[in-house]
Amino acid sequence: MAQIVNEQPAAPGRRAGGRRAPQRPAAASPRRGDGKLAWLLITPAVAGFLVFFAYPTVRGVYYSFTSFHILTAPKWVGLANWREMFGDSVFWHSLLVTVYFVGLSVVAGVLLSLITAVVLHRLTRSTVIRGLVILPFLISGVVAALVWQWMLDPQLGIVSQLLEKVTGVHLLFFSDSHWAVPSLAAVSVWKSMGYNAVLIFAGLQTIPPTVYEAGRLDGASEFQMFRRLTVPLLRPILVMVVILTVIGSFQVFDIVSVTTQGGPANASNVLQMYIYEKGFGELDFGYASTMSLALFVLLIAITFTQMRLARANETDLN
Amino acid sequence: MSLLATGASRTTAAPAAGGSGARPRLSPGRIGAWVFIIVVLIVTIFPFYWILRTAFSNNVALPTDPSSFLPVDFTWGAFKRALGLASQAEAQAQGGSGAALDTPLFLRNSIIYATVQTALVVFCSAMAAYAFSRLRWRGRNTVFNILLGALMVPAILTLLPNFIFVRDIHQLNSFTGLILPGAFFSAFNIFFLRQFMLGLSTEVEEAAIVDGASRMRIFFTITLPMTAAPIATLSLLTFINTWNDYFWPLLATNDDHARPLTLALGVFKQSSPQAAPDWAGLMAATMIAALPMLALFMVFGRRIVNSIGFTGIK
Repeated sequence: MAQIVNEQPAAPGRRAGGRRAPQRPAAASPRRGDGKLAWLLITPAVAGFLVFFAYPTVRGVYYSFTSFHILTAPKWVGLANWREMFGDSVFWHSLLVTVYFVGLSVVAGVLLSLITAVVLHRLTRSTVIRGLVILPFLISGVVAALVWQWMLDPQLGIVSQLLEKVTGVHLLFFSDSHWAVPSLAAVSVWKSMGYNAVLIFAGLQTIPPTVYEAGRLDGASEFQMFRRLTVPLLRPILVMVVILTVIGSFQVFDIVSVTTQGGPANASNVLQMYIYEKGFGELDFGYASTMSLALFVLLIAITFTQMRLARANETDLN
Repeated sequence: MSLLATGASRTTAAPAAGGSGARPRLSPGRIGAWVFIIVVLIVTIFPFYWILRTAFSNNVALPTDPSSFLPVDFTWGAFKRALGLASQAEAQAQGGSGAALDTPLFLRNSIIYATVQTALVVFCSAMAAYAFSRLRWRGRNTVFNILLGALMVPAILTLLPNFIFVRDIHQLNSFTGLILPGAFFSAFNIFFLRQFMLGLSTEVEEAAIVDGASRMRIFFTITLPMTAAPIATLSLLTFINTWNDYFWPLLATNDDHARPLTLALGVFKQSSPQAAPDWAGLMAATMIAALPMLALFMVFGRRIVNSIGFTGIK
């Protein structure tokens, strides 16, 4: 308990200080003897970085220009994989499915977590409630996928049962080509909503109450204050939540792999599923690497565009 | 405790529609807000209850009363099946398939994988974080920024070549192959600990230097103990992430020898009959896989919640 109290107050001040003006300009002037020890201490991390991040990234780029079927050595084929990708209708379909999934997850997930965070912030500081809300975040995607597949089971699932009793509608959820992606997005939102809400909640705690007092004096309504004060002041953290959700959703795999495996009839064949199929189902590593690299480029482009559009680094709090 | 805090902070931080006074009046808005939160909590918690309810049901009896909110024909049978304690006849009488999930083996694998990985990567990250925060040396910021670049690379791009690498050194299906790629380096961990170490006061360290302590000794006897709290938080987060990891174990293991429980559960589900799977048995196994995380949550929930607040606002 005492430790936790220690952790918290130190954090914000350091962040503000560390970011804007480095507290120790002395870092510029190396101290004798420190260099050797520093390199000794970072050797494991740097070795891990070089061997398992930098080298495989370069390898991945190289494989994307080769024909590589695991058992034989990679053979340079130039842009053949890239040409194949641009003409591959399954790839474009996968990309579309993924974008659909990302869209649903981001819109539903961010809206829900924003509302939950704001309402929670208004009502209670209870750590217990915030703890309960992040519970799904702590369990694996496999567990989340399994329990939701069971609850959405068309015959015996409790959600299907209740839905049919109340509305008379019978849905097939994961086995219906129209509902497969929304069902997956629902699982994904269920799993990450609480985490995002707690992130946004932490952001809300940094907004000084005086801002709202001023707003109230000027006769602003609750909704106006939410729209004109809360949302703009939360912008950096909202942008971060959106970017994290987009990056995470683009790489969705475990819940798809456990529930639909891309089906029915490719309806939920998200990009990472297709890459896995190509690489480990058909052992076409060259092509799988090409698509991974394309995903990488796409993610970087999206992240930078979002940062640009949202001016994520600036707050309006000064 | 939390009620008191609410009352106090409400008047200063969030004077809502309720009006003045220390005790919030129950306006329609407030009631609506509480209803919303309760609905959110129910949707969040209900699946966990449903895992339990199904796991304590008899799989044969499940279809007779699918919307019962209590276990149907209460039995420990599903847990026995999931733990391999039920005989073949017993299992089949309760609707289990012949195929069994060797849960104890997978549980052992998960514990080894998550514990070793966490210990190694947190220790390596703490050493690196110390070098990036408390030591002054040429190239410090450059090296740090390069390492941080790893945060941008999606896992799948590095995992495919890593699979080839681990295969080439003949370490597929072994703990070495499973643990190695993530054992030494994590950009997030280094960043997280560096933030804390930057904020430590330098006075204690300087006093120790004056007393003639070596830098290495200072790291072990002063800095590490002073950052015990964030290191514990980080270990917790790393352990949870490793326990829940799916994609890399899927690539690195293709038999039971080193396969962790989370992955085994997913594979088991895919191979169980599509028509009428043993839901009770599956939910029992799911419960066993989720239980360690739920236990950590019970003990360290507050720490986890606070750490999200911290990592959030980088």
